[in-house]
Amino acid sequence: MIEGISIYEILTLTSILFFIGVYGFFTRENLITILMSIELILNAAAVNFVIINTYLFPDFLQGAIFSIFIIALAAAETALAIAIIINLYKLVTSVEVRDTETMKH
Amino acid sequence: MERILFYIFAVLIVIFAVASVSSRKILRAVIYLLIVLTAVSGLYFLIDYNFLAAIQLTVYGGGVIVLIIFSVLLVHHVELELEITPLKTKIIAAALVVAGLSITLWAILTYPFNTANNYKSIEVDVIGEKLLSYGEGGFILPFEVISVLLFAIMVGAIVIAKGKKLGIKTGEKLE
Amino acid sequence: MDFSYTILIPLIPLALFLVLGIFSKKITPAISGWLGSLGLGSSFVLSLYTAYHYFLKGKVNDVYQTFIYKDTWIIFTDKLHIDMGVLIDPISVMMLVVVSTVSFMVHLYSIGYMKGDDGFTRFFAYLSLFSFSMFGLVLATNLFQMYIFWELVGVSSYLLIGYYYTKPSAVAAGKKAFIVTRFADLGFLLGILILSYYTGTFDFDLLTNPEGSIITNGVASSFMGLSVLTWAILLIFIGGAGKSAMFPLHIWLPDAMEGPTPVSALIHAATMVVAGVYLVARMFPLYYFLDNGFALDVVAYVGAFSALFAAIIAVTQTDIKRVLAFSTMSQIGYMMLALGVSKYEGHDGLGFMASMFHLFTHAMFKGLLFLAAGSVIHAVHSNYLKDMGGLRKYMPITNIVFLIAALSIAGFPGFAGFFSKDEILVAAFESNMLLYVIGVFVAGLTAFYMFRLYFGIFWGKETKFEHAPHESPLSMTIPMLFLAFMSIAGGYIHFSEYVTADHQSFEAHLNYPLAAITVGVGLIGIIIAYVLYKKETSIPLKLSNSFGSFYKWTYDKFYIDEIYLFVTKKIIFGLIAAPAAWFDKHIVDASMIGIGNATASLSNRIKGMQSGKFQDYAMSFIGGGVVIAMIIFYIWIN
Repeated sequence: MIEGISIYEILTLTSILFFIGVYGFFTRENLITILMSIELILNAAAVNFVIINTYLFPDFLQGAIFSIFIIALAAAETALAIAIIINLYKLVTSVEVRDTETMKH
Repeated sequence: MERILFYIFAVLIVIFAVASVSSRKILRAVIYLLIVLTAVSGLYFLIDYNFLAAIQLTVYGGGVIVLIIFSVLLVHHVELELEITPLKTKIIAAALVVAGLSITLWAILTYPFNTANNYKSIEVDVIGEKLLSYGEGGFILPFEVISVLLFAIMVGAIVIAKGKKLGIKTGEKLE
Repeated sequence: MDFSYTILIPLIPLALFLVLGIFSKKITPAISGWLGSLGLGSSFVLSLYTAYHYFLKGKVNDVYQTFIYKDTWIIFTDKLHIDMGVLIDPISVMMLVVVSTVSFMVHLYSIGYMKGDDGFTRFFAYLSLFSFSMFGLVLATNLFQMYIFWELVGVSSYLLIGYYYTKPSAVAAGKKAFIVTRFADLGFLLGILILSYYTGTFDFDLLTNPEGSIITNGVASSFMGLSVLTWAILLIFIGGAGKSAMFPLHIWLPDAMEGPTPVSALIHAATMVVAGVYLVARMFPLYYFLDNGFALDVVAYVGAFSALFAAIIAVTQTDIKRVLAFSTMSQIGYMMLALGVSKYEGHDGLGFMASMFHLFTHAMFKGLLFLAAGSVIHAVHSNYLKDMGGLRKYMPITNIVFLIAALSIAGFPGFAGFFSKDEILVAAFESNMLLYVIGVFVAGLTAFYMFRLYFGIFWGKETKFEHAPHESPLSMTIPMLFLAFMSIAGGYIHFSEYVTADHQSFEAHLNYPLAAITVGVGLIGIIIAYVLYKKETSIPLKLSNSFGSFYKWTYDKFYIDEIYLFVTKKIIFGLIAAPAAWFDKHIVDASMIGIGNATASLSNRIKGMQSGKFQDYAMSFIGGGVVIAMIIFYIWIN
C-alpha cells in the first residue's frame, strides 16, 4: 500500500501501460519489438496482481506469488521467442512480420 | 513523499512505454523498455514488496533485456531504422486501444473497491514458505509445474535455436 | 440317372473366356484358336453324350423326366428365391446340341476366317463368353437365372457386333443391337416381376406344371379383361421378340451384320436369335393354358407377320448378309407361328414339335449359309451382290454347300428344311387357314430370294476379278461340310419321338397333299429365280421398275428405321428431352452454378481479411473483445 495513493490511480496506470503494450503489438512490424510490447503487457498484468493483493486481500498471498510465476513465465517465453526468432532469421534472413506470412497459403 | 515518487514513476512508465513502442531505432526502444521495467520495480518497492522488486530488476532488467539486446545485435545493425508503420494501421490500432482503454477505465473507476486496512508488507520468508508448502494455501504444485515448464522451455529454446542440425531438410533449404 | 455333369458344358467356355481374356496379350493366335476350339469341342462332345444319355434312357412310363440340379442363391422370402442350377428336359438338351454344334463349327471356321486379325485372341475370348452365356440361358432352372444369362448373351452379342471397333458403323450397330434388345428386355423384366409377384416363384418347374396350382387356379387379379399372368407372359414375350428380332423390334438384326461373319452365323442365325423361341417354348404351358391361349395367338400373329414382312424385304436386298439376316428373321417368325398354333397334348402338340424341329434344322442350314457367305466374302472382299457372279468355278466346295443349304431352306424334298417346314405348315393348316396361307406364301418367297442369292453369287454375270478368288482353307471348309451333312441328315431325326410339349412321344407323318403344295410353291420360287438370275438379263431391272414405289419401299425396309429415328429423335429427343435438358441446364444447373459463383465471389471479397498477419488477427480479437465488453456493460447498467 502506498501512502496517499488509491487503488484507482494504480489500476489506471497499469491499464494505460497495458494498452500501450497492445498498441505496440498492433503497430510494430518487427518481431523483436512485438516481443517487447508483450513484455509491457505482462508487466502491467503482474503489477495488477500485486496491487489487488495488497490493497484488497492483504491476508492472502496468491497475487504476490502469482506475480512471481508471471515473471518466470515471461522470462521463459522471451527466451523461447528469441530462439524462434533467431531460427526464423536463419531461414528467411528477416524478422519482419510480413516475411512470416507464408502460413496463410 | 511516496505519493510524489509514485507520480514520478507513473510518468516515467507512461512516457518511456510510449517511446518504447514508437521509437524507430530498435536499440533505443530496448533501452526505453529497460527504463519502464526499472520504474515498475520502483512501484514494487513502494508497495513494500522488496523481493518481487529484486526479481524484477534481476530477471527483467538483467536477463530479459540482455537477451533482447543480444538478439537485436545478432539480427540487426545497431543503427538500423525500423520501417514506418502505415498510417492506416496506426489509426485503427489507436482507435481500438483508446476504445479498450476507455471501457476498461470506465469499468475500474465505477467499481467500488473495498480497500482493506490491515496492510502488512510481504516478506520473503513468508513467500518462500508458501511456495514450498503442501498444506492448505500452499503453492507447491504450481511451483513444480513452473519448474518443469522452465526446464522444457530451456531444452526447447536450445533445440530450436540450434536449428540446422534439427532437421537436415531445413539445412538443405538454406543452401 | 445323374446329369449333374452337364454343369461342365457352360463352365468350360467360361474357363476359356477367363484364360483367353486375361492372357490375351500373351497367348499367340494359333494357340488361342485351337484352345477355344478344343474347349468348345469338349462341350460339344459332352452335349452329344447328354443327348444320347437323355433321349435313350430318360423316359419313365413313356414320359421324358425333368432333371433339376440347383442351389439356392438369393433368398427373398421363404418361397421366393433365386436358384442357380441346370435343368435337363427335352428342349434344353436339344438346345445344348444345337448351340454346341454350331458354336464348335464356328470356332473351327474362325481359325481360318479370322487369320491374321489383330484381335484374334480377343475374338475367341468373346466367342467363349457368348457360348458360356448361351449354355447358361439354355440350362436355366428359373426365370431369373435365365434373365441373367439373357443379358450376358446380349452383352457378348454387343461385344462381337462391335468387334471391329475402329469402324464407326460397327460401333453404331453394336449400340443399336444392345439398346433395342435392352429396351425389349425391360418388358421381360417387368413380366418376371409381375409373374413372381403373383405366383411367388421363379421356377420353371412350378410355373409350367400343367397340373400345378398356377395354371389350374390362376390368380384372381385381372387387368383390362385379361388375367395379370397373361399380361406378364405377354411382357415376357416382348423380351423374347426383342432377342428374336420379331417385328417391330427387328431393326437391330440387319445392322448386326457389321460383326464378323462367323459371329453372324453363331449369334444372329443359329443360337441367340432363337432364344425368344426357346423362351416361349420353355414357358409353353403358361402361354397355352392361360386365358385360353390369348398370349399364344399373339405369338402366332406376330410370328406370321414377321415372317412375311422379312421375306418381302429379303427379296430386294443386295447385301448378301442382309438378305440372310432378313431370311433369319423370317424363319424365326415361322418358328413363332408354329408355336402359336400348337396345342398341348399328343399329336395336337405338333406345332411345338415342328417349331423345335425347325429351330434345329434352321440352326444347321442357316449357320451353313452364313459360313458359306463368309467364305464368299472372304474371297471377294465385298458384301454386295454386284461384286459377285460366276464364282462356282473358283469355289466349288462353297458352291455345293451353299446349294445344299439353299435347297434345305427352300424346303426341297429330302433336305432337312423340307421336313421341319412341312410339319409347321401342317400344324398351321390344322389350326388357322390364314396363317397357313401366309406360311405357304412365305415358303415361296423364301425359295425365290434364296435362289436369287445363289444364282447371283455363283452363276449370273462373269465378273472380272483383280485377284482370282480361291477356295477357302480346310479349317473353313470342314465345318461347312459338316453342317451341310447336318442340313440333309437333320431332317431324318424323328423329333416327334423326342421333343414334344408334353414330353410324350407321338407319331408324326408327312402329309403328302400339303407337302406337295409347299414343294410346288417352293419350286415355282426357284424357277422364277432361275429364269431371272441364272444368266444376266435385264428382266429383274424392268420388274423392279414396274413395281415402282413398292420396290423402293421394300428396298428401304419399309422405313421402319426411319420411323424409329423419327420417334426417338423428333418426338422423344426434340419434344421431351430437349426441353427437359434446357430446364436442367438453365434452371437447375444455373441456380447451382449461381450459388457456387456467389460463394466464390464472396470469398474472393473477404479473402483480403485473411492477411496472414497475426497482428490483424489480434486486432480483430481485441476489437471483438471490446465490443463484447461494451455489450455486457450496457446490459449490466440497464
